[in-house]
Amino acid sequence: MENPNFILTVEDLTVSFDGFKAVDGLSFYVEPNECRVIIGPNGAGKTTVLDLICGRTRATAGSIEFKGSELTRMREDQIVHAGVGRKFQTPSVYEDLTVFENLEISYPRGHTVFGALTFRRDGDVDARIREVAETIFLGDMLQERAAILSHGQKQWLEIGMLLIQDPQLMMLDEPVAGMSVAERKKTAELLNRIIQDRAVIVIEHDMGFVADIATRVTVMHQGKRLSEGSMAHVQADPKVVEVYLGH
Amino acid sequence: MTKTSFLKRDEAVGLVILALIIFVVFPVMLDDFRLNLFGKYLTYAFVAIGLVLCWGAGGILSLGQGVFFGLGGYCMAMFLKLEASTPEATAIQSTPGIPDFMDWNQISALPIWWQPFNSFAFTLVAIFVVPAAFAFVIGYAMFRRRVSGVYFAIITQAIAAIATILIVGQQGYTGGVNGITDLRTLMGWDIRPDGAKTTLYFVNGVLLFVCLLVAMAIRKSKFGRVLVAMRDAEDRVRFSGYDVASFKIFIFCVGAMMASVGGAMFTLQVGFMSPTIVGIVPSIEMVIFCAVGGRHSLMGAVYGALLVNWAKTTFSESFPELWLFGLGALFIAVVMAFPNGLAGLFDDYIKPRLRIGRAAPATTPQPAE
Repeated sequence: MENPNFILTVEDLTVSFDGFKAVDGLSFYVEPNECRVIIGPNGAGKTTVLDLICGRTRATAGSIEFKGSELTRMREDQIVHAGVGRKFQTPSVYEDLTVFENLEISYPRGHTVFGALTFRRDGDVDARIREVAETIFLGDMLQERAAILSHGQKQWLEIGMLLIQDPQLMMLDEPVAGMSVAERKKTAELLNRIIQDRAVIVIEHDMGFVADIATRVTVMHQGKRLSEGSMAHVQADPKVVEVYLGH
Repeated sequence: MTKTSFLKRDEAVGLVILALIIFVVFPVMLDDFRLNLFGKYLTYAFVAIGLVLCWGAGGILSLGQGVFFGLGGYCMAMFLKLEASTPEATAIQSTPGIPDFMDWNQISALPIWWQPFNSFAFTLVAIFVVPAAFAFVIGYAMFRRRVSGVYFAIITQAIAAIATILIVGQQGYTGGVNGITDLRTLMGWDIRPDGAKTTLYFVNGVLLFVCLLVAMAIRKSKFGRVLVAMRDAEDRVRFSGYDVASFKIFIFCVGAMMASVGGAMFTLQVGFMSPTIVGIVPSIEMVIFCAVGGRHSLMGAVYGALLVNWAKTTFSESFPELWLFGLGALFIAVVMAFPNGLAGLFDDYIKPRLRIGRAAPATTPQPAE
């Protein structure tokens, strides 16, 4: 199934760990400006799908095509440069560096050994980092070490690190997990703003949050696609109610 | 944002103090014999600086830096040995004109891979290229396969053991367990008299400062911050679009070249090179110099190398059998009690006190809770 309107085409994707198929013949298609939410019970293979797309895990079979390039054969950093960004489930930031330096490392320039040695902090870099820091509510904490940030602030910082890369496909793994109610609300606003001009894949358990942001929802169960469609459609699907939403 | 100059004030003061110690205090206070000894200690500081970059900044612990120190040392020793082995000086050998240990091992012609070392220019290039190439091969094999942490440390240690066995076993080509000895002149300049040794001490000091400044420049660049980031969250760096392995390979090669320069200066100042300086024990000692000085501090590494070597000489003159226990105890003390070494102690206890009475910083040290 070839459709030039899809930015991401996942077909017959399978990965098996010692015979256990964590993802089993999964296919789905993402359009350029859509926000796709993947839901499903624990162990359904949701995080593994993101790992496969960003190159952290290698597929056993199947294909992942992003803007015409086959991602299953590319190195992680090449996938990033192709335009795919990934946020991890537990906040992953550089604790010994300042907020400014954290964002600077993700700034899309000087990513080779030589580039990093000769990288200069010019006005463009500075302005862009300040702009992103404002967006993620950390504008006045640029010189603080990331280690002192709260859990929610670290999540925002990591979202900011993705944002500064300006990826065309952004993947977020449980971006509001472990956040307070107030932080959660701010994060929902933040995500609603940054998902505008790009495709986004989000894994989330919070149904209120999912209903808020999703264009379409894919429900996974035991490595397979159980159901797909609008939020209302999957909520009404009896299979989904039985394995996931029902309890 | 504020424009920052290359050196912060603290660092500039630190460099000046270190320069005074190396270029003024030691030459004035020490006799020729002791000055040469301190010159030898300072050759280990090159290795320690490289380890601060690899281990302190990048989290790559190599227990095989002695190999790179040895490669530099052997390159220099091969050149000096060939210069010392003129046909006239070796007329009593069955094959005059080749190094004496080759003659003793029934080798009758200079091996092909020794021949380029007749050229000083080639030797100087080799001191950088040989260890860098070797480090590249090890780094490429390990880091591309994502070998890291303790596994990398163990493999480098094994390489140090293999290197020693190889050098000892190939006696005819390497001088075996005795090493390459009886070195005399460098381009016709006799390196044995006290005057020459003093000159070499100063050359060594200047090279050490060049090495320090290069290391500082790397640490202050974005490359340095990427190294720290890799230590904190390697996957995050990878998924921010960096090829982590190439960064590790590069810094490992830089550390190897620094160690190699130290080794070459060791050969010049001490007058020989042997496998006892390449193996596991010296390689681990080099890590201890770095740990005692403070693995995050470039200047701390220099002080660590000086202090531990000085202690080694002093104690092993009086209690030779106890020194190894002392060294072990020192390492345990550093790891358990002050993990950031001397530099950490300085930052925690001495620096806050120095600030009192100065106009600029308004902060006073807070009592510990």
